[in-house]
Amino acid sequence: MDAAELERYARQIVLREVGGAGQQALGHARVLIVGAGGLGGPAGLYLAAAGVGHIGLIDDDVVDISNLHRQIQFDTNDVGANKTTAMAQTLTALNPHIQVQEYDTKLDGENAREIIGGYDVVLDGTDNFAARFAVNAACLSTKTPLVSGALGRFDGQLAVFKMDWPKHKEGACYRCFVPEEPPDAETCASVGVVGALAGIIGSMMAMETIKIITGAGKPLYGKLFLYGGLEGEARTINLPRDPNCPECGQITL
Amino acid sequence: MQMTITINGETYADLQPGISVSELLAHLGFPETKIAVERNREIVSKSTYAKMGLRDGDVLEIITFIGGG
Repeated sequence: MDAAELERYARQIVLREVGGAGQQALGHARVLIVGAGGLGGPAGLYLAAAGVGHIGLIDDDVVDISNLHRQIQFDTNDVGANKTTAMAQTLTALNPHIQVQEYDTKLDGENAREIIGGYDVVLDGTDNFAARFAVNAACLSTKTPLVSGALGRFDGQLAVFKMDWPKHKEGACYRCFVPEEPPDAETCASVGVVGALAGIIGSMMAMETIKIITGAGKPLYGKLFLYGGLEGEARTINLPRDPNCPECGQITL
Repeated sequence: MQMTITINGETYADLQPGISVSELLAHLGFPETKIAVERNREIVSKSTYAKMGLRDGDVLEIITFIGGG
């Protein structure tokens, strides 16, 4: 780290739980953000600002004007641009010390394992259950920690999966929570979402990622965080492994 | 004899002791594929819905799956 970087990160290096070692760990970390949307945006902004050295962005979409009320990594001039390109520019402008790799593609069962295998932590902020299942399967097979966030209307959900089987036999995966794709799933486009909710859950995804990388505190492994915006209430509950899970139940522990 | 459990903050006093999670969801009309059940601050594994009997005093929350980003 040079003098400019030490000054840039001074307010988090001073934290006992981060320190110089934690900052070095952030600088060496490779974090993949699947979905450069409402969750991936604020998560990516905070991770770039914190000095995560290498950030991968996966999205095959272009910026639409209806994205802007919640996807604050974009501005009005980005409408029509590739999301990964526009967001990579925002992140490197925010912090020129980091590298951003763009994947202008859709993550699926074919490419997921190959891409995810090169990363230390994966953030899932996708907008459909098929993609969430593909990310989960790839993280499970490569034993890559998964920070999973979801939005709907005024509600947010967040879970962190350690994926380090067989060491932690109790560790759940995403499909211990959602075993099968829910029929007629609601989307942000069909039922709406409050933009500020993306900031709340996306920022928490960045927080959990920073905890995983630096070793600060206890990540939400085996927990589910639920936020209800209308009530202004949140709670954290246990999410145990389902021994008959259609994904991780197949693994012989 | 009947038991009392709390579901989404509301008290249900007319349930048969030992009713399973599956039976309760069918009774209340919740589609199993769209929700998770939280029982006493822990997610109930879906594969145990049919055999898990509920007990007097249980506190349940029905959590609707969301997948937006």
